[in-house]
Amino acid sequence: MSAGTRTNDVITESLAGKRIAITGATGFLGTALTERLLRCVPDCELVLVVRPGRRGAVQRVQRDVLRNDAFDRLRSELDQPGSPETYDEMTARRVKALAGDVSNDGLGLDDEGRALLASCDIVVHSAATVNFDSALDDAVEVNLLGPARVAAVLDEAGSKAHMIAVSTCYVAGSRRGAAPEQLVDDSPFFTDVGWRDEVDSARRARRDAEQASRSPERLEALAVQARRELGAAGIPALSEKVESLRRRWVNDQMTAAGRARAASLGFPDAYAFTKALGERALAETRGDIAVSIVRPSIIESALAEPYPGWIRGFRMAEPVIAAYARGLLKEFPGVPEGIIDVIPVDLVVATIFAVAARGPVDPSPDVTQVASGAINPLKYGKLFDLVSGWFTEHPVYDEFNQPIPVPRWSFPGRGRVARQLHRAQRSLETADRVLTALPLRGRHAVMSATLEERRQQLERASEYVELYGAYAECEAIYQLDRLLALWDSLDDADRSEFCFDPRSVDWTQYVQQVHLPSMVEQARLKMAPGAGPGRTESRSSRLRRQVLDPQRHLAVFDLENTLIASNVVASYAWLATRDLDDLDRVRFAARTLAEAPRLLALDRRDRSDFLRYFYRRFEGASTDRLDSDCAEMLSDLILTKSFPQGIRRIREHRQAGHMTLLITGALDFVVEPLRPLFDHIVAAEMGSSDGAYDGRLLNVPPTGEARYQTLADFAEAHGLDLRESVAYADSTSDLPMLEAVGFPVAVNPETKLAALARRRGWLIEHWATSAGAPTKLLPMGPRIRGRARGRRPALVGSA
Amino acid sequence: MATERRQRAPRPGLVLDVDRSTPPILFHHGEGFRLERLPAGRSRVIYPAEPLPGLADPEAAIRDALLNPLDSDPLPALLRPGMKLTIAFDDISLPLPPMRRPDIRQRVIEQVLDMAAAAGVDDVHLIAALALHRRMTDDELRHALGERVFDAFAPQDALYNHDAEDPDGMVVLGRTDHDELVTMNRRAAESDLLVYVNINLVAMDGGWKSTATGLADYWSLRHHHNVHTMEHSRSFMDRPRSELHRSNWRQGEVIKANGPPIFQIETTVNNNTFGHDGPLAVLQKREWEWSARDRASFMAMHAGLKAMPPAACRGVFGRWLAPYEMTSVQAGAVEPVHESTTANVLAQHLVPVQGQTDVLTMGLPYICPYNVNSVMNPILVMCLGLGYFFNLYRGQPLVREGGVVIMSHPTRWEFHPVHHPSYIDFFEQLLAETTDPAELEAKYEAQFATDEWYVHLYRTSYAYHGVHPFYMWYWGAHALQWLGRVIVVGGDPRAVRRMGFQPASTLSDALEMASDVVGPSPTITHVHNPPILMADVE
Repeated sequence: MSAGTRTNDVITESLAGKRIAITGATGFLGTALTERLLRCVPDCELVLVVRPGRRGAVQRVQRDVLRNDAFDRLRSELDQPGSPETYDEMTARRVKALAGDVSNDGLGLDDEGRALLASCDIVVHSAATVNFDSALDDAVEVNLLGPARVAAVLDEAGSKAHMIAVSTCYVAGSRRGAAPEQLVDDSPFFTDVGWRDEVDSARRARRDAEQASRSPERLEALAVQARRELGAAGIPALSEKVESLRRRWVNDQMTAAGRARAASLGFPDAYAFTKALGERALAETRGDIAVSIVRPSIIESALAEPYPGWIRGFRMAEPVIAAYARGLLKEFPGVPEGIIDVIPVDLVVATIFAVAARGPVDPSPDVTQVASGAINPLKYGKLFDLVSGWFTEHPVYDEFNQPIPVPRWSFPGRGRVARQLHRAQRSLETADRVLTALPLRGRHAVMSATLEERRQQLERASEYVELYGAYAECEAIYQLDRLLALWDSLDDADRSEFCFDPRSVDWTQYVQQVHLPSMVEQARLKMAPGAGPGRTESRSSRLRRQVLDPQRHLAVFDLENTLIASNVVASYAWLATRDLDDLDRVRFAARTLAEAPRLLALDRRDRSDFLRYFYRRFEGASTDRLDSDCAEMLSDLILTKSFPQGIRRIREHRQAGHMTLLITGALDFVVEPLRPLFDHIVAAEMGSSDGAYDGRLLNVPPTGEARYQTLADFAEAHGLDLRESVAYADSTSDLPMLEAVGFPVAVNPETKLAALARRRGWLIEHWATSAGAPTKLLPMGPRIRGRARGRRPALVGSA
Repeated sequence: MATERRQRAPRPGLVLDVDRSTPPILFHHGEGFRLERLPAGRSRVIYPAEPLPGLADPEAAIRDALLNPLDSDPLPALLRPGMKLTIAFDDISLPLPPMRRPDIRQRVIEQVLDMAAAAGVDDVHLIAALALHRRMTDDELRHALGERVFDAFAPQDALYNHDAEDPDGMVVLGRTDHDELVTMNRRAAESDLLVYVNINLVAMDGGWKSTATGLADYWSLRHHHNVHTMEHSRSFMDRPRSELHRSNWRQGEVIKANGPPIFQIETTVNNNTFGHDGPLAVLQKREWEWSARDRASFMAMHAGLKAMPPAACRGVFGRWLAPYEMTSVQAGAVEPVHESTTANVLAQHLVPVQGQTDVLTMGLPYICPYNVNSVMNPILVMCLGLGYFFNLYRGQPLVREGGVVIMSHPTRWEFHPVHHPSYIDFFEQLLAETTDPAELEAKYEAQFATDEWYVHLYRTSYAYHGVHPFYMWYWGAHALQWLGRVIVVGGDPRAVRRMGFQPASTLSDALEMASDVVGPSPTITHVHNPPILMADVE
């Protein structure tokens, strides 16, 4: 059907030429409404009220609404040769973006904006926070107060607009039996609470949670958690982490508060609860504004318009279905005889069109429900059969290219599923904690990162159970008397153009041919083998190509465990034992081993302190001697313990024209033999006088955040862009440095870094010492029997 | 050593036709062995000659050579007070395996130094003529030259390794009539006399190759260490037919004209690699002559090695020092000295062989010239098999054109990170792209040869020069061109395939695979090397 051949049906005619405002146009329903109005109602004018965000309202409408794939059909109809105007010209003429925010009184509109909104003939309020786990006060501001605020703005401006507020069937609460199209307070099951009190208490709860999150005990607990996740990442990184954990904690508190309050009043969640009170508030404060309330049930992908299967965002059922298809949800609560009340989005849009065309009725507000359960029920058991049947035929493939079999559910109660999941989660958490505590590196660490991923998936699964379980168990039947009366009043032209009859949905066809094919695409599930392990392989080679791209500026390397499997203690031991005879060597080894636990603990607590403490031992060592010994140590210790692939990578960076930089806490004379690999070396420097080192560092050793600062200073001094830089490091203590660059690479990461790198999609390299390298039990220098025997002072006494 | 000398005269090399009664044949297999039955009726085994008798009094022989040189004044006559004397000597790559003390170099150099001292020469430098090989460690120098020489010269920095990348350490002597650059170590070139002390293990060594290669740099070596030269040296073990040597001899002409006077001292050793008795003696015996004791000691060694990790096996073999005996020493002008040396080498190595074979099998031992005290990496396996063993022929290759070589070696993906850093990159990066020597040479040789990091490691650490893995690959260029297929028995399949060869787990599998190329029931020849033999193929 093209724009030119539209029939003169009643709905189209009555909406033609109208100015229609929509809130929530960036949402699923709002986008569908906008598209349908632009496509099917010629000459209507749209005012889209959107939060301006960083880019401003006009840009947001362009990017987040008009470029959505819902408009592909309209765009292709208009952008054809011979069309009187292009899609862009049409939208520029008919769509106005209005910056506004329903979570503010007065919607944050200026006079002009108010006037524009008030001049509208119809205002569809579809803005809502549909997150089932949104914080209580957020839900209150948007869902509860939002509709009343829109009405208030219209009323104050003396607008004659017909306001259509989109609500939800679930305002009826968790109950069995018929839920008619009546205002919430008309229901005998509604426990009336003062909505203003709820608003106040939600705001207070936020302040209380903020306060509680700053208590010393809480902050300490958060600091422990941050340290567990990041390790010794340096004070700035840790404090940033603590702050983000604190904010998350406050939000969790608010989510829990919302869930608890909703449950106490018989609602499945805070969303339904705030929506219900929102209807109350709207009815009470609407003034002279005529209001119609439309209550859809669970809105899902389009049956036919703009095209079958169109969906925006990952919605309620999709994450659950995706988790099921991946074999993660072994069980899900619900009663197989229960009804899952789903309604395709285009039916909801058509209902709103019909309500808008009909106009307001007395008494206002009137309620129209659009749902399927009462006349064309989709049983939970049947839905499960359809989904599992489809995924049996079209399995999702795992990373090894094996199809994942979907589990059979036995529909136990919610409590049992939750308990099962909880048990699995607990055992994984324990395993995870044990693994994190072990000093793992490289591939083992990645294995443990996989475990961590599993754990998160399980966590998500139990969240689903908690969030959506209530919906699967809800047995209310939403009555559709008014909807069907409205349907009966339409003529055939309107019925064929704007179908909202829930009886028209064939569930088998809808689930298996419309919804699931579109959903797996949306969720990017892996529906074909082939890309399997090769895919991760090609991913790393793609990342590798990126880091070696000539456009990069700088490659910065850590030394220990990134380029060589050695550390400052080993190099000290090597240098110190060069002059010792066998007995003294034994003594030295024993002493160092005895000291090891203390050194390790110090190192774990603070790297800089450890280095400062440890380097004292070089006090009094001859500078000439160390310099010549270090040249020998390059061959005997450093190269032996080096990762040839790492060395090669440095050289590849140089060939690509990148500047190479080594930042290490090792002493400068130790790394001096590596100088030809790097354009610059930043290392710990030690003071000296009279040809002997004094054991004191001249600068802050570049570790942790100091390493980041060194890098930042270096980049600035050389006019290099950190976003175009590559950093290689092995531990979370290098996190500030890794996060600062555009291309971080985790080399042989320890568990925590492996988990982080995986999550963030960083390149992970597993570099090993060369097979065939001489093995040394202890890092001891070979006995000097060479050229300068006898004229060397010892670095350590034999005592 | 005298106790080891045998009563009867040594037997020459032998070609054995394998029949049903032939016992399983010993194949060297890295730090281990395999016993293989070869198909009867169409297989033959070439055995090296038994060790020739060593010189009864090596000291006297050396003295005699120095005092009665070929085409030269006696050494003492060339020495005078105030002169600059440089003694260059072969590096760690000779002999193989390293020999028991006293090393021949020590014996010769001690006498040269005695004569220099007697003549009042006090400006003496000793230089390990290692070209682009890795530097020798102090311990290795000590072993080659003895405590006395080391302690007298090393602390004064008068004993050191040649450094081909020292910007001030090299001089250009000129160009050959083929426009080949000739360079030499500055100290050697600017000396009043250059004494070169050589150990000639195979026919390739010595002559002008000692000075024109040993003391030169990359810019000079590239004229003969390249694919074209190697493909036109048939073989490089046979000097008259070796393009490698023709180029070195042309460079020798330039050295004669513009370089220092040279007093060349060349020595040869016999085939007494594993001793007449002792734990490894069985390795230089013929299988059907093994006594019960030989059999028992071999089986015990075989089982023990199998149970040990590779690094431990390397340690066991790395400690083996060959009881080589000196069979000749000649001194004087380079060319007549080398003629005589070559004759002495061939006397020990040459084994006449009738006709070529379809399939050539070889058991590669644990050592080659470039992994002394180190690791035999896959590239060295290729070089030892297709470079050295394949080229140990005179006349025509043992295997017919389009034939198959089957090598037995574990060929582990192992590299010594200090000695062979550029090998790792060559193997892991370049061979992944191509195994064609000419393509590698054209695309990557210059880059590796001039690489700053490799140069740094060559000069300050103990690394072979960045270009060295290319030379190893070129060494096999003639074989790669000649052969229809190369199969490695018992090698790491990944490493073997990386080099473009085919892995086989048993010899019979390998023979089966070979028949795809050379047809069913091919003739098979096994070279029972080491001890070293050179096939004189008619």
